[in-house]
This record gives sequence, C-alpha cells and structure tokens, in this order.
Amino acid sequence: MPQEILATFNVRRLSILDPDGNVDEALMPELPDAELRRMYEMMVLLRTYDNRALALQREGRLGTYPPSFGQEAAQIGSAFALKPTDWVFPSFREVGIHLTLGYPIAQLYQYWAGDERGQRGPDHLNIFPFCVSVGTHLPHAVGAALAARYRKDPVAVAVFFGDGATSKGDFHEAFNMAGALNAPVVFVCQNNQWAISIPVREQTAAATLAQKAFGYGFEGIQVDGNDVLAVYRGVKEALDRARDGGGPTFVECLTYRMADHTTADDAARYRPPEEVASWRERDPLLRLERFLARRGLWDEAYRNQVQEQVQQTVDAGVRAMEEIPPPERSDLFTYTAAAPTPRQAAQLEES
Amino acid sequence: MPHLNMVQAINQALAQEMERDDRVVLLGEDIGKDGGVFRVTEGLWERFGAERVIDTPLSESGIVGTAIGMAAYGLRPVPEIQFLGFAYAALDQIFTHAARIRNRSRGRYSCPMVIRTPYGGGIKAPELHEESSEALFCHMPGIKVVVPSGPYHAKGLLLQALRDPDPVLFLEPTRLYRMIREEVPEGEYTIPLGKARVVREGKQVTVVSWGSMLERVLKAVGPEAEVIDLMTLSPFDAETVLASVRKTGRAVVVQEAPKTGGFGAEIVATIAEEAILYLRGPVLRVAAPDVTMPLPKLIDAYLPTMDHISNAVQEVLRY
Repeated sequence: MPQEILATFNVRRLSILDPDGNVDEALMPELPDAELRRMYEMMVLLRTYDNRALALQREGRLGTYPPSFGQEAAQIGSAFALKPTDWVFPSFREVGIHLTLGYPIAQLYQYWAGDERGQRGPDHLNIFPFCVSVGTHLPHAVGAALAARYRKDPVAVAVFFGDGATSKGDFHEAFNMAGALNAPVVFVCQNNQWAISIPVREQTAAATLAQKAFGYGFEGIQVDGNDVLAVYRGVKEALDRARDGGGPTFVECLTYRMADHTTADDAARYRPPEEVASWRERDPLLRLERFLARRGLWDEAYRNQVQEQVQQTVDAGVRAMEEIPPPERSDLFTYTAAAPTPRQAAQLEES
Repeated sequence: MPHLNMVQAINQALAQEMERDDRVVLLGEDIGKDGGVFRVTEGLWERFGAERVIDTPLSESGIVGTAIGMAAYGLRPVPEIQFLGFAYAALDQIFTHAARIRNRSRGRYSCPMVIRTPYGGGIKAPELHEESSEALFCHMPGIKVVVPSGPYHAKGLLLQALRDPDPVLFLEPTRLYRMIREEVPEGEYTIPLGKARVVREGKQVTVVSWGSMLERVLKAVGPEAEVIDLMTLSPFDAETVLASVRKTGRAVVVQEAPKTGGFGAEIVATIAEEAILYLRGPVLRVAAPDVTMPLPKLIDAYLPTMDHISNAVQEVLRY
C-alpha cells in the first residue's frame, strides 16, 4: 500500500506595518484617519495608564500589577476589531481592551488596588471579569458563543490569553469543543514570549502557536503583534467569520513583554538584556507614530496634545479611584449567592 | 399516579423544564443520540433537538466550562458528568469559576446551572465510577449540593434546582436509579432546596442520612429512630436536625463516604455546637473507612451495611 499525505497545513503570518512605519497598501485595512488617530490615542492611554499603575504600586497605593508595556498594539488592535455587542473574556494583561471599550479607569485601578468591586463592569459592556487562573476562561468563551448562536444573536465572542495558557488543559478542551461544535469564537493569544520566566521555546516544541489550531480543525494565523494594523485586520476577519457562521479562528499576536511579569517579578534574573533591547526597536507605539507622521496625521504638537489629554484622563481615574469609600464587611456576603444561607446570615450578624 | 423509578423521574423533570423554559440546555457525553449511559436523557434529543441536547466531546472541564459561559450569557445549562469520579477533571471549573463568578463580577454575571452526575457505590463498575466525594463540594462556598434519595424527591428537587439562580451539583445515587419505584405526580412540583425531611418519626434516636444510604437506614432501624433525609447537603438544614436531636437526645449520622472530613463531620460538629446539652451520649458516625474506593470484589467490605447502622443505633441507645 502506498503511503498517502492525509493533510497538510500552511500557517500564515500577517504583517502590514513595518518597524519604520511603512505600510503594505494591499493589506491596509479600511480605517478613516480619525480611527487611526484614535488607535494611537488609545495606545498612548494604555501606556500612560500602565506607567501610572507601576508608580502607584511602588507607592503602596496599588497591589501586585501585571504591566502591558510592549503589548499595546496587540491589545488596542484587537479591541478596535470588536463590535459593541460582542462578548469579551479577558485574562489579566489586557486592560487595553477595557480602556478602548470604555471601561472606567477608576474601576480598573480599584481592582488592582484589591477591591473586587472594580470587576463589576458597566452593564452595557459584555466583558467578563479578569481571569487570574491562567487559561481556565477559554471554555467560557466557547459556551457564550454557543449560547449566542442558540439565541441567533449576531454576536461573536473573543477570548484573550497569553502564551502560557497554551500549555493548559483547558486550552485543549476549549479549542477542541469550539472546533467540534463550530462555535463563533475567536481565540486571541498575546504571545509575549514569556510565561513569567519560561520562554515560549521551552513551553512548546511547536514552531508557532498558531499552528496548534489546525489540529482542532480550524485556522490559526500569526500576526505581527506589534503592528496594530495587522492585529486589527487579523482579529476583525476572524470575528466577521465567526459572526457569519464560519466557526472559530485562532489569532496568535506575536509580541513581547517589555516589562516584568508583574511588579513582584524581576525579569533581569532570567532574561538577556540584549533581547529586551532588540524589542525596544520594535516598539508598537513608535511604529504607529512613524506611520501616522508619513500620512500627515502626527507631529510633535499632536503628540504633546495627546499626552497631556491622556495624562488628565489617567489623573482623573486615579482621583476617582481614591475617592471610592472602602467596601463594607457585608460585601463579603452579598455576592456569594443570590440569597444567603442561614449560616451565612448568622455569620453576617456576628461581625 | 404512575410508579416511576429515579431515572424516569429525572427524565420527566428535565423534559418538563425544557418545555417550560427555553433557556434550559443539556450538554454532556453521550446524552443525545444515546440517551445517556444510564438512559436518564433518553428521548430528549429527539424531542428538543441537537441544539438543546448537545453531545459533546469527552471533556469534563470543557463541558462545565462551556456551561459556565452559557449560563453567563443567560441560558440555564445542565451539564452532565458521566460519573462523579470524572468530575475531578472539572473541579477547577467548578471551584475556580462556577462557584465564584457571581462574587468575582459583583453580581454582574451569575452561574445558574445544574451539574448532574451519578454518584455512589454498589453498581459493579470500574474504578472512579462509584465515588462518594460530596463533602469536597460542600466545603466550597457558592455552590449548592443536592442529593435525592428516591424518585419522588429527585423530580421535585431537580425542578427546584433548575430554577435556582446559582450553581447546583445534583448527585444522583446510581445504586438507587432503578431500585426504587414510587408514585410520582405527572405534573410539575418542586421541593425546596436547603430543607431536610423527617422520613420517619421516632423518639429515642435521630438518624441523619442522605442519598444512597437512606434506603439502608430505613431497613436497618426500628421505630425508636427518627430518620432524617438531608436532601440538600449545602446549605444543609441544621434546624430540622437540631430540633430532632433536642427531642431524642441521641444521634447517628450515616454516610457512604470515608469518615474523615466527610459531610457527617459537619453534622456532628453542628450538634456539638448547638445541642450538646441535650445529648445523652456520644454522637456516632457510620461511614466507609478512610481508604480508596475499591473495585466490586471488596465493595461489601467498604460500604456501610445495615448491621453497621443498627449496631451504631444500639450503641447510642445504651446511654
């Protein structure tokens, strides 16, 4: 019996904007100038929000915080691809999504300051609370997607996670379930190449993360995660396909965690400085500035204006966060279940 | 009134609630075309379609995790785990998410779902098919644990669980699935969660049990015993237990699970805290030994027997 080739796969990589700000016009998504500028403004907002979080943590005004530095394009590009009715399941390093969707800054800081009330998003946003247990939220996105399809809602679901999550069992179970049931879900991995101290090459023997999707019967694509236009296009195409009944897609955004894992981590213990320096050259924000400048949409005056505006927004968020009165002890009991058990009711009285 | 076994009663409850509420969706392994390995979901796939009775891949964590997302979206999913021992693969989803999503989101999202699973020993099945680890789930705030002991209560408790705003683990005593037939009303009726029932009144000793052991208790004890079926373990009905113990002055708790850290310990501790001055003697636990659940050849040496139960009752009656 001759041997046959039963399946072959091609893993695409999408890149639109190069580090010098040159764009591939054939792949350039249709985005009005105002949207391009808003993307830039959101990336500046994320970086400013992030830097302030680090400062607040050092001052003891915030708890442990996982910075997004370096991953602004992966987050903001994805967020721009979402429709307001779409559902979002974040992990814990995607506040750029929250900021773009209009989640109150004060509540984001409030959560990282150790107040769970920060997790109650505005009712008009379909955004799940942060998932701290790595990768365990992927099946939730599949469930929401199946529910949306059952309800015939024109909704797609996006779930965000890091490279570390791809080693977890729930990554497999969610991918497999999504493929088998053709769920309208988009899996977006911010591959920042480090799961705390373990580099992605030690997390998997696969050449890309994107290729894992083919084993589950749907496409995985790698996009340049520091290229906001490629991220936007890759995620948008995947969301459109999901809404049109085309099933799941996996988008791997190859980016880099410029900062420590969290404020409790010291990446210098395990990461060569040359590697970090090489990624500094590929800063997603610089790249977008260069592109916008070429289009006549960016100059120093505009940058200063954006920075000033963003600073005020973040300042206002910090002030609002610090004005929130501390939670009541009763808050411990209010949300464990819809109604307290007799014992919980007694424990509440005991205080 | 029709005489049904527990399989039929549960099937009827599921069908009636699916008819009444289009948010109810079932998902699990072999529950559709096959009707479930115990036939509990038989006929539902044909009646309600593959969108509402979803045959899933073999994927316990994925099944419960998917159900959590469905519940957050506004459905009322009913994931089936084929045997409680396989729910260990889904503990992360149950503990990390189902039990706490209401809390984590400060009420923005909730998880109204019923995880159905057969539990308990005595069915001559392979490893991990006969576990009785209900206590694990009772320790985790945010999830209810319900254990019916017969067809009538299975139907009423399940209908109530399906209308509960929070996650419920519904443990179906596998040994009793087809053992007991009872009159089960055809129409809808509910039995409240968190309430125990006095199955048989007695004056001299309170015997507390639930699920599969209740059947043995009722055969093992005489008219001196007041027998209580907890029905809901979390939250459990302390008042009914305490009222009985204050009357009888003696108590025995019977569980199928290993003794140490079992749910019986919680009952005994509650009696000690709230009713110790009414006691005439020690409160005894009848339980399995603290060993791994055996395969069928040793099951009779493992499960509490009628002799164990009646000996414990005689022992406390000496005081």
